[in-house]
Order: sequence, then C-alpha cells, then structure tokens
Amino acid sequence: MSAIPANLKYLESHEWARAEADGTVTVGISDHAQNALGDLVFVEVPEVGAVLTKGAAAAVVESVKAASDVYTPVSGEVVATNDALKGSPELVNQDPYGEGWLFKIKPSNPAELDTLLDAAAYGKVVEAEH
Amino acid sequence: MHEPLIFTHSRAGRRAAGQYPREVEAKVPEHLRRKRPAALPEVSELQAVRHFTRLSQLNFSIDTHFYPLGSCTMKYNPRACNELAMLPGFLARHPLAPENLSQGFLACLYELQEMLKEVTGMKGVSLTPMAGAQGEFAGVAMIRAYHRARGDHERTEIIVPDAAHGTNPATATMCGCTVIEIPSLPNGDIDLDALKQALGPKTAGIMLTNPSTLGVFERNIREVARLVHEAGGLLYYDGANLNAILGKVRPGDMGFDVIHMNLHKTFSTPHGGGGPGSGAVGVGERLLPFLPVPIAAKEGERYRWLDERDLPQTIGRLSAFMGNAGVLLRAYVYMRMLGREGMHRVADFAALNANYLLARLRAEGFDAAYPERRASHEFIITLKRQAKELGVNAMDFAKRLLDYGFHAPTTYFPLLVPECLLIEPTETEAKEDLDAFVAAMVAIQREAEQDAAKVKGAPYTLPVRRLDDVRAAKQLDLAYVEPEQGA
Amino acid sequence: MPFIPHTEADVREMLATIGAPSIEALFEEIPAELRTRELTGIPPALNEMEIARLMHERAQQDGTPLNFIGAGAYDHHIPSAVWAIVTRGEFYSAYTPYQAEASQGTLQLLYEYQTMMTRLTGMQVSNASLYDGASALAEAALMAVRAHRRSKSARILVPATVNPTYRQVAHTITEGQRLSFDVVPYEPALGTFDPKRLAQYEGQDITAVVIQQPNFFGLFEDVDAITDWAHANGALVIAVVNPLSLALLKPPGEWGTKGVDIVVGDGQPLGVPLSSGGPYFGFMTTRMEHVRQMPGRIIGRTVDLDGKPGYTLTLQAREQHIRRSKATSNICTNQGLLVTAATIYMSIMGAEGLERVAATSQQQTTALVEALTRIPGVTLAFDGLRFHEAVLRLDRPVAPLLAALAERGIVGGYDLSRHYPELGHALLVCATEKRTDEDIARYAGALAELLKSA
Repeated sequence: MSAIPANLKYLESHEWARAEADGTVTVGISDHAQNALGDLVFVEVPEVGAVLTKGAAAAVVESVKAASDVYTPVSGEVVATNDALKGSPELVNQDPYGEGWLFKIKPSNPAELDTLLDAAAYGKVVEAEH
Repeated sequence: MHEPLIFTHSRAGRRAAGQYPREVEAKVPEHLRRKRPAALPEVSELQAVRHFTRLSQLNFSIDTHFYPLGSCTMKYNPRACNELAMLPGFLARHPLAPENLSQGFLACLYELQEMLKEVTGMKGVSLTPMAGAQGEFAGVAMIRAYHRARGDHERTEIIVPDAAHGTNPATATMCGCTVIEIPSLPNGDIDLDALKQALGPKTAGIMLTNPSTLGVFERNIREVARLVHEAGGLLYYDGANLNAILGKVRPGDMGFDVIHMNLHKTFSTPHGGGGPGSGAVGVGERLLPFLPVPIAAKEGERYRWLDERDLPQTIGRLSAFMGNAGVLLRAYVYMRMLGREGMHRVADFAALNANYLLARLRAEGFDAAYPERRASHEFIITLKRQAKELGVNAMDFAKRLLDYGFHAPTTYFPLLVPECLLIEPTETEAKEDLDAFVAAMVAIQREAEQDAAKVKGAPYTLPVRRLDDVRAAKQLDLAYVEPEQGA
Repeated sequence: MPFIPHTEADVREMLATIGAPSIEALFEEIPAELRTRELTGIPPALNEMEIARLMHERAQQDGTPLNFIGAGAYDHHIPSAVWAIVTRGEFYSAYTPYQAEASQGTLQLLYEYQTMMTRLTGMQVSNASLYDGASALAEAALMAVRAHRRSKSARILVPATVNPTYRQVAHTITEGQRLSFDVVPYEPALGTFDPKRLAQYEGQDITAVVIQQPNFFGLFEDVDAITDWAHANGALVIAVVNPLSLALLKPPGEWGTKGVDIVVGDGQPLGVPLSSGGPYFGFMTTRMEHVRQMPGRIIGRTVDLDGKPGYTLTLQAREQHIRRSKATSNICTNQGLLVTAATIYMSIMGAEGLERVAATSQQQTTALVEALTRIPGVTLAFDGLRFHEAVLRLDRPVAPLLAALAERGIVGGYDLSRHYPELGHALLVCATEKRTDEDIARYAGALAELLKSA
C-alpha cells in the first residue's frame, strides 16, 4: 500500500498539492506514482516565472521505461523549483512528499484547491487501478 | 566472452597503409585548418577485422537464432537478395546519374512499384520513404495535403487506437495534427461507439494496423471505413503487419486510402541491427497527386523519374535522393522469387506457424491474451498470472529465453496487455524450431515454479548479465574517454 | 516453395494441433467478400538462377560509366574488409538491440561509432544515426526549436549555399510544425555566404542558423564569423558537414568562440557505396546539455549485475515507443548496417587515412578543374580554395552536354540550372581519390570534342 497523507490534495493523474502558510502551493507526485514509474532517472521542472493554467503539463518525470507529464493542480505562476532533483532524481522515489517536491506555484485562483481530491477520494482512484 | 573497445587496440603510428592513396598536401586556409587529428583508432587491418568479427559474434541474429520478435517479422533474409543488390552496376551508380544511364535500375524500381500496387490494391506507389516511420509521415502528410487542397483546413485530428505503435501518435504530432486515442474492446476489435464519438468535422483520418498489434484481424474494418469516410476522413493503413495478410486480403479492398509498407519486414530486407528500413507508400485515387517524389515512371520502353514538375501537388521530398535504393532492390529480388504463386504462401505459413505455436503454448498452460480469437501472424501470451503467483514477469522469461538460445519475443508491447510477450514466428521457421521454443518456455515455467530467483537472475550464459539501465540513464557515458585523458 | 520449410506431414500435424481443418480456415475472421483473388499483376516466380540472370542484365545494362558527380554522394574507395564484415549474418540479420544482452556486438559497435563521431566533429555526444543527411537537417531544425526554449519564432536562417535538396527535405518534414526557413542569398561573385548579410536580422528572434561547410559549391564558408554572429544574437548554430572533410578542417565544435550547437551530415563518404542513392546514414552530434532533445537511438555504457561493463540503449524515454505523441521524433530505426560500415571504415583508415583520402580528392578536383577550364567555352565560376567540388560555367546549356557525355560513358557532373538559374549554364563537378589523371584526361578530351563540334 502506498502512502497517501491526509493533509494533501490530489489530482486523479497522481499529483499532490500542499497549501503553504505563505500562500504558495507545493506540487509533487504521489507515492503511488513514483512506485509505478520505478527508479526515476530525470526530472524536468518548469521555468521559474512560467504562468500555467490548471491542468497544463508543467513537469516531466522520467524512468528508464516511462515518461510522464506532471500537470499543475492549480493555475498560477511558478515561484520555485526543486533544483536538487537535477542531480538526484531519486529524491522523488525516496521522499515523494518531502525532499522530492517538484515546484511551487503562486495560485492565481486559490479556490481551485477546493476542487481537488482529498486523501480518501484519491485512495479510491489508486485502488481502482489495481 | 568480452572484446575490448577498438580504442584500446590503438597504438600511435600503426596504420592500414595498403588502403591509403598517395600522400599529397591539402590546401586549406590557415584559420579553417584542423589543428589536431581526430583521435580515431590506429590499428592494423587484421586488428580491425578481428575486432569487428568478434563483436559480430556477440549478437543474436536470424542467421544464428530463432528470433520471434513480435511486430518485427524476423524472417529469413535470402542471401541472393543481398548479392544481387550489390552488383557493381547498381553499387557504383551515382544517384544523380542521367536517366539514359539508369534504365536497368529504374526498370527494377518501376516493376517493384507495380508489384506493390498489386499486392496492396492501391493506385500509386512511391518508394522514397526511408523507414516505416517516414512512410507513416508521408501518409499523414498526404492526408493533410488532401484536406488542405480542398480548403478543408479544420481537419487536423488523427484518430489512433490505444494499441497502436508509438510511431503513429508521434507521426501525427510531427505532421501538426492532434491525436485522439480510442480504446479497443476486450476481444481486440475497435470500440465502434468510441470511434463514432471521436469522428467529426475535425477528423483528418484514422491510423490503423490490421491485423492489429494485438495479433487479431479487425473484423469490423468495412464498418470502420464507412464511418470514417462518411465523416469526411481518410484511412491510413500501418503496414507493420502486412505479412499476416499478404495475398489474402488487400488494404485497398478493405477501404484504406493510404498505406505504408515495411519492406524490411514483409519483403525480407535485412534489419541490419536496426536499419536500414524502407517504408514505401501506396495510395488510392484521391491521394495520387500528393505522393512524395521522385517516382519511377515508364513511357513506352523508357523509364524516367517523376518529380515536382510532374506532380506539382506532391508533399515533397523525404530524402536527399530517392530513398534506400539498395533496400528496394533487395525487396524486388525477393518479390520476383516469391512470384504470383508465392505471395499468399507467406501469409499462409506465417499464420500456420503462429497458430500452431499458440496452440502448443496454451496446451502447456500459458495464457493467451485473446483466447477466443484466431492468431494472425503473431499472438500475445500474458504472464500476469506468473508475475502475481511466482513473482516472475515477462522480462524475466524473456531474459531466460536468451540462455536457452532463443531471441526473446517483444516484451511489454502492446502497452495495454499486462506482462505480455508478443510472439511472431514468421513463415520461414520449421516445426522443430517452434517445438524447441515451446520446450524452452515449459522449462522456464518449471524453473519459475521451483526456483524463481534463478529465472529472475537470467541471463547467465551471454556476454553480459542483466545491465543496469538506471545507471546508464543517470550517469551518462555515451562516448569513450581514454583513461589518461579522463584522469 | 521458396523459403518455406514445411513438409506436407508437418502441415497435417500442425493443423491437427491447432484443431483447424485447413490453412484456409485460419483466415476465417477475414470477411469473405474482401478476400483477394489471384494476383494477376505479379509475374510468376523465378528461381535464384533466373533472377540472378535478370539482375546481372539489369546491372550491366547501363555500363560502368566514369563518375564526376558529387552533390552529396561521393565515390570513394572502400576497403574490401568493410563489407565482408558488414554482411556477416550476425550484423546483417540482427535487429534493433532491444535485448541488450543478446546484442552486445551491435551495441558496442554503436558506442564506438558515437565516440568516433564526437571526436571527428569536436562535440560531446552523438546519436546512433538518422536516415540520411537531408532528413538529419530536418531533425536538427526541429531539435533546435525544442532546445532553444527562449526563442518562440521557430525561424531558421539558411544560406542558399546549403544543399538545395536538403533544404527541400527539411521543409517537407518540418512544415507541419510551422518551422520557417529564411533562405539568405550568397555572394554571386564569390559563391560563398557573406556573414554581413546577417546584419538585417539583428535584434530579431531567430531560433537557429544553418551553415554548410564546405558549401554546396565545394567552397569554404567563414564559419567562425557566422557562428559568433548567431550566438551573439541568441540563435543556435546547426552545422552541415561532410565527415571526410573534417580530417582537414577545423571541427564544428571549434567554430567561432563557442563552437556550434548541433552537427549533422551524411555519413556516406565513410565506407558506404553510392548504391544508386542509398541506403546511406545521417549523423548528428551535439552538446551534452541538449542530449535529451536529440532524436534517434543513443547507446550508453553501464555495468551488469556482476559489475562488468556492457552497453545498452539509453535515454529511451525521449523516443516514440515510450513518449508516443510527445516524442522528440517519430524515428524508430537508425541506419545500423551503414553505421557498421562507417565504424569499420574509420577504424581501418584512421585519422591519417581519412586525411589522405580528403587531400587526394582535393588534389584530383584541382586537376580536373585545370583540365576542363583549358577547354574554350569552360570557365571556373568561383575562385579561391575549395574541397573536392567546383562550379564550372559553360557557354551553352548543360543538359544536352551531359546527355552526350553519358553516351560516351561519362557522368559529367550535376546540372545547377534548376536550383541556381542565376548561375547560367553552370555545372557542379567532383573528383575523388578514385579519379586518376587518365580518367580526367578522358573527360577533358570528350568535353573538348563536344564543345568543338557544336
């Protein structure tokens, strides 16, 4: 069973979003997603300053056998990216909800967060895939 | 067995002098002159011959091993095709030599076009695409050009079934089209309801492989053709699996408007360790004006090239000259040797071998992905049960097969069948070889039941054991650096 | 039945195992009304003896003319060892090395090839080849657009001295993705591209600049100035080169102050016969920072479970079989067998051998130009140093002359009138190390006679 922290919001396409105290939203991929992909060998993060609409392809996570787009769960401007992934993509495998975060976005419409799945709903999505 | 890199055989000043023209001084402006020679190997001719001969011996190939790689049609490559395509008259001919010095070559190409038209039921053929993927590109580009020529600029969507080869959606993207994916039914046929929903005023066309990559014939093909044509779209036939139906049913008769053929599959030109291929395209009436150039034509008893001046609406050129000429000559020789009476035998015996192998594997307890369907020239075994119960997956079976002296079937394609092996024996394999393959599969199954770790650790008898692909992708080592330079 | 091993007993036994009454029954899922009847358009089968007879006749039909055309395909000597090894079944009849452990021969060879190409071009990484030089330019243009994220124009500058067919192919292949190629004129008196012509583009969003060296006329371009201009103006540089010429010329990795970004070309001069137009192979090398945007197969060195070095396909997530509609290209095969030839050729010849071939080709072209321009009515179009091709101006239309030369067994050059009408009656000629002084004298004699007679 993969970990699905209760304090996060999710997309059906396996991204997680965390509302930070400073108003930004941190985005990563779920434990289930990193598990399904296997050892990551490369992560492409968006450029800081990029303005994205909810659901747009924002990053790419790549393993030996697969490459997946990562969609942004909310619209807004990218304010930070996880530079540590450049040399160590395995951080996503080791700590998907912590050190393995992908980017931070300043939401243009924070209400979009409420449209995302909660942990229980996302758990059902993961279960349905088995 | 291990062969060091050619660079480690190199010694300063060693050379294959017998190959050198006499020494003369080059005249190059000083600022453009190369300062240091490129660090290419300095070896004797024998060292080079021995090195590359040894490397060749590290390969599996059709000439040495049964190679049932699904979707790739690894049939015997007759030696005559090679020898006759490499006759000095063809080999020394410059591609831009005038037509009056190209009549023998053009005659072969023209007749090849005519034969390909006949076996596919198409109205015109261009031989210029240099690989299957380029043939696909030509096909979709022609579909685009057709709609554009009619002022129908909105048609930019290409429908692709989820079982399609990755080249189909990649090609559609290259042509500036949007890809609409539709699902397959559990029995392997296209979901007609999903197709109907996908069709509309933006539909440029649909790309289909038939038999599909699931190894089954699309039974509703005429209905599919009717629906797509009614919606104003065209049908593209991916010829990857043409071997299955050669001489039995023609894509043109099924309703397709354009087809690419992989001459390196169906018409037995060599795969060469990954190319060259050849992706000749055929078209129906509507797409004739858009064919890529050049095309061989016959006027009276003379042959000539058709180019942009003859086909002003052509999609253009895809190669610097006329495509992979030497591959085309090999395919020509092969088709002439099969002849009228031999074409359908290809499909006959490809289907016999595939269905026999499937029947025998099922009798030994393996699971067919589409048990209620006839196999075409290939079929899918799923090892989902073995993966779940024994922890031994399709990749493990594939690697262990290498130890038993068989090239592995295609693994993990098509993507929608879990733990799959796509197996294509081809018509040129004898029954004993198929039986030996079944025996190996049975032996591996037994090993998996008794000692799964053994299968998971395979292969053991090849030049290397399983390779660290993750390291290969993370610590990129794509070109050799001599230790003294790298230190 | 050619190539089918089944005996009647085999067929009976196999059908019994399947549980089918006949082979025909295996096709029952194909609707009956679609089934093919006899293929009357296909001639009856020939056995090997018969097809060999026919092919020998066809191959000999046009004789063995003396060749003086280059224009992208060059008639060099190929050591016998090259194709003797290439056509070994283990290389010839293997496929793409998906099962790395069973394909170490092909994989190691490709790694050696990649190494040689990076060294020859002065770049960091090479792919395992593309289809040919022309399609490689198209792929380079598409790659430049992906790699140059800041440039939004997808606009590429191409001097008119770049092979015109390459430009046509690049247009055909990239048109769907809305790339635009701005063809920039050359200096009609010099036959080369003047970097000053780029001034009009200053301050504009240009994705890349293409430079061909030596250019289509065989002349040397001012590659340093063009490269530096492009980089100063935020554009990438794509070099189109003849790999053989790099034995003499500064590699593109050293052009200008920073070197170019992508190098492409046709590998045919490296051990691949003219073969009526193919198969050849395209090569591509680039900087490490762009490796993930590079199309085509790439081989990497890694280790196996026991820590022993081995070779494998890597960075496959760029490719169509994984990335599907978002792949870097739809390319699937490379030109493996031709790369095998080139790798063996480069190993046998070494850098010095390539240099000798290049220098001798240059010298024989100089001799050819001297011999032909002594004929009244023939002049040299452009002065200056050149590699192994030259543009001659004739006093009358080229096409009828070429036809008349062909009747004398001489392929006299490439008629430039279609792609370069401004040059008048212009002919592109080439001599390689294979053209002897006697060959040149024969050509000069025939041409002199033809020009005199009219």
